[in-house]
Amino acid sequence: MSGFQDLLQFVFAGVTSGAIYALIALGFCVVHNTIGIVNFAQVDFVSLGGMFLFTGLYWSGLPMALALPGAVAGVTLVGIVVERLGVRPSRSQNHLVLIFLTIGISIILRGIMKLVWGKNRMAVPPLAGEEPLRIAGAAILPQAVAILIITAIAIGLLVIFFRGTRLGLCMRAVASNQTAASVVGIPVGRVKAASFALAGGLGGLAGVLVTPITTLSYDVGVMLGLKGFAAAILGGFGSFPGAVLGGVMLGLLESLSAGYWSSAYKDVAAFVVLLLVLFVRPKGLLGK
Amino acid sequence: MMTARDNLLYFLYLHRTGLTVLALSVLLLVWPLLESNPYNLGLSNLIAIYAIVVLGLNLFIGYAGQISLGHAAFFAIGAYGSAIGTTTLGGPAWPVMIVVALAVSLVALALGLPALKLSGHYLAMATLGFNIVVYSILVQWDKVTGGPSGFSGIPYLSIGSVVFDNEIAFHYLVWTVAMIALLLCLNLVRSGVGRGLAALAEDETAAAALGVDTRRAKVKVFILSAVLASVAGSLFAHCYAFVSPDSFNIFVSVDFVIMVVVGGMGSIWGTLFGTALITLLPEWIEALESYKDIIHGLILVLILLFLPQGLVTGIVDAVRTRIALSRHHA
Amino acid sequence: MLELRNVSKWFGGLPALQDVSFCMEPGQVTALIGPNGAGKSTLINCISGVDRAQSGSICLAHHPIGALPAHKIAALGVARTFQNLKLFARLSVLDNVLTGLTVAAKRSFTVSMLRLPALRHLERQLRLRALEALDDFGLAKKAHWPASSLSYGEKKRVEMARAFVSDPRLVLLDEPVAGLNTEETAQIARHIRRQRNAGHTMLLVEHDMELVMDVADQVVVLDSGRCIACGKPEVVRSNPMVLEAYLGRMEATA
Ligand SMILES: Nc1ncnc2c1ncn2[C@@H]1O[C@H](COP(=O)(O)OP(=O)(O)OP(=O)(O)O)[C@@H](O)[C@H]1O
Ligand SMILES: [Mg+2]
Repeated sequence: MSGFQDLLQFVFAGVTSGAIYALIALGFCVVHNTIGIVNFAQVDFVSLGGMFLFTGLYWSGLPMALALPGAVAGVTLVGIVVERLGVRPSRSQNHLVLIFLTIGISIILRGIMKLVWGKNRMAVPPLAGEEPLRIAGAAILPQAVAILIITAIAIGLLVIFFRGTRLGLCMRAVASNQTAASVVGIPVGRVKAASFALAGGLGGLAGVLVTPITTLSYDVGVMLGLKGFAAAILGGFGSFPGAVLGGVMLGLLESLSAGYWSSAYKDVAAFVVLLLVLFVRPKGLLGK
Repeated sequence: MMTARDNLLYFLYLHRTGLTVLALSVLLLVWPLLESNPYNLGLSNLIAIYAIVVLGLNLFIGYAGQISLGHAAFFAIGAYGSAIGTTTLGGPAWPVMIVVALAVSLVALALGLPALKLSGHYLAMATLGFNIVVYSILVQWDKVTGGPSGFSGIPYLSIGSVVFDNEIAFHYLVWTVAMIALLLCLNLVRSGVGRGLAALAEDETAAAALGVDTRRAKVKVFILSAVLASVAGSLFAHCYAFVSPDSFNIFVSVDFVIMVVVGGMGSIWGTLFGTALITLLPEWIEALESYKDIIHGLILVLILLFLPQGLVTGIVDAVRTRIALSRHHA
Repeated sequence: MLELRNVSKWFGGLPALQDVSFCMEPGQVTALIGPNGAGKSTLINCISGVDRAQSGSICLAHHPIGALPAHKIAALGVARTFQNLKLFARLSVLDNVLTGLTVAAKRSFTVSMLRLPALRHLERQLRLRALEALDDFGLAKKAHWPASSLSYGEKKRVEMARAFVSDPRLVLLDEPVAGLNTEETAQIARHIRRQRNAGHTMLLVEHDMELVMDVADQVVVLDSGRCIACGKPEVVRSNPMVLEAYLGRMEATA
């Protein structure tokens, strides 16, 4: 293979995992913008997406076309439940307390997944076939193409949601000024629940898309999710374009360093660059 | 006129903190005479080592009001630093421990200086990322760290001809260090610096207006907590003579945070309780092994929902308020 | 003592302070009055370093302090209270007052951790000072209460005690009697008068005209961020612009 083909291959792989990180990062941003916290349960929304897809396919025997949206809807529901039972009842508005609370919720979710689905690794079939496509000499899995297309659609829908729907506009209003939003009669409580639902949906979608190419286990989301968080910070926490940009940058960084340096140290490379970026540009690439 | 009894009571009141530490130390001194089961002693030694880390972390979370999800990384640098320094490089154990702690303080400075300028989220990310980087290096750089299977053959510590090579000797070693750390932290929080930090945790603007250099204070506490973690890590390595990456992953960092929350943010005494409870819990609920995570998580969530300051601190605060109010009505 | 020259501050294009200039003499009480949203708290924030003015100069005893961070300004002997109480709920009343002595306490971590006899001695002195201040404000009995269990009026007094305990060169009081009943107001007024007699320099933001006319040596009137009058209370009181812009409106709403 020529150098160019290698590069193409790495770039494609990077953009694919970048798309996944972007989805997760968007989930982090949505909750951050309405509640002002890092929701660490986002990490488990990713694993849950895969788990629900697995259950839908093998335990209930649903076809992929039903199991996939079903899994995403299931995680959305979990997001709402987490907000209702875990975050909303908090007596404290202290961010430290709320963030630790989401860590606790994350531990519980992981414990439940371990209990229900066990500790073993499982496999989920891809959306499209397994035969790699050849584009300009680079081999590309159909699942990767599916990831890119579905992520692009999801981001498009998200833009429409925030620009064109009432709830989306309310969420933007709460994000820019919560007090003002509640004064003009925006139901802040419902908006917060919606943000968790959306975060659940985005995390779940990332989960159903990525688990066919990783493997599925109760803690598969931890590393993926934390990279999503890193992507959000890299792009500037709270900024939606930043989340997408950060995701793609992180994905590229990882696959290029794995390709040209060492696949063992790709996590190290990704996080060291992140720390360096924070060092020189503490608010992230697109942060205000 | 003060009678002899008044004098005694006043003395006790004045030195209550020091005397409590002294009493606890005496208890610890005789504890190995009463408890001969090495397994239980081992557990209590682990509590002491973790307590050193969690004391520092509690200063950072409970007093400086910041988040760190990466203290296991400082713990790791301490442990592997001592392991490599003494075994591979053949250095003397105590000086290596100090050099490693100094190195850790520089790392913490470099990490904390930019991150502490920003809100807590960035610090959460920076510390988490740092932990992941350190952990990956421990796993991947197997020529130096021994990789996933760990690093063995670390020498025991010794002072003169006394070698710390069994559970009872470890007990005296680690609890001595833990008690010193406890006393230093207690001293810190009941001084002007500690009050400034407590103010900082509650309201940064007000603290700054009162003359607390908030940024500097946060960085200093971060460094202090990192150094304590490093020392604890060195002790850990020398006591077990073996370290492996799994003792230092991000879940360990999260466990440290849980210990802080259970003990209560901003409660130095509570730290001992929180550390002990979370360390012993898996022993008590062995039968419920598969529910361990759920129970851990539930403890954290329920405490934060009902006593946001943490278990011990929450109860102490409530009791104090109750006493004050009842006196008022009496 | 304190000299402000053309201090201006905008919040996202909206002016909160425009070319505010006035001087304060040592030992004097200056009252800062003006309708809601006039920029009084903003001015206090700028002087104390909690916020930063975008142009103009603020000098304390001829030293420019406009660009200093809050803790450095505090170290120069400027203490303040906050309009919406900023007590540390979890600390005891005594510890709250002791935080007012942060500047006088040792800053070194090492020294604090070792708690050598010199530090103990200093700490004991600081405690005595704090207890004295609490006694001055009639709160000595509640020194060991958690601050959160005090009544609103008591909390206001703790904040005053915290501001005065360090014997500062300049005290900025942001609406010390807002939200208090007549009895509590009278009590605070007594304290302010006592502190004035003790020679403290104060900048007092207040809506209570009776109190202002009673204690102030100088009155500065702000309206929409502009300084519209400045002078002796009786002069300002009869200034038609002030009457029009402020007192009239006050009486109309009162
Ligand atoms: N952080 C801020 N961001 C934007 N605008 C602000 C901010 N703080 C104050 N303002 C605006 O600046 C103006 C002056 O506010 P300030 O609080 O100084 O008034 P004030 O004179 O203290 O009023 P009050 O008597 O109500 O305390 C107001 O119009 C206010 O809305
Ligand atoms: Mg005001």
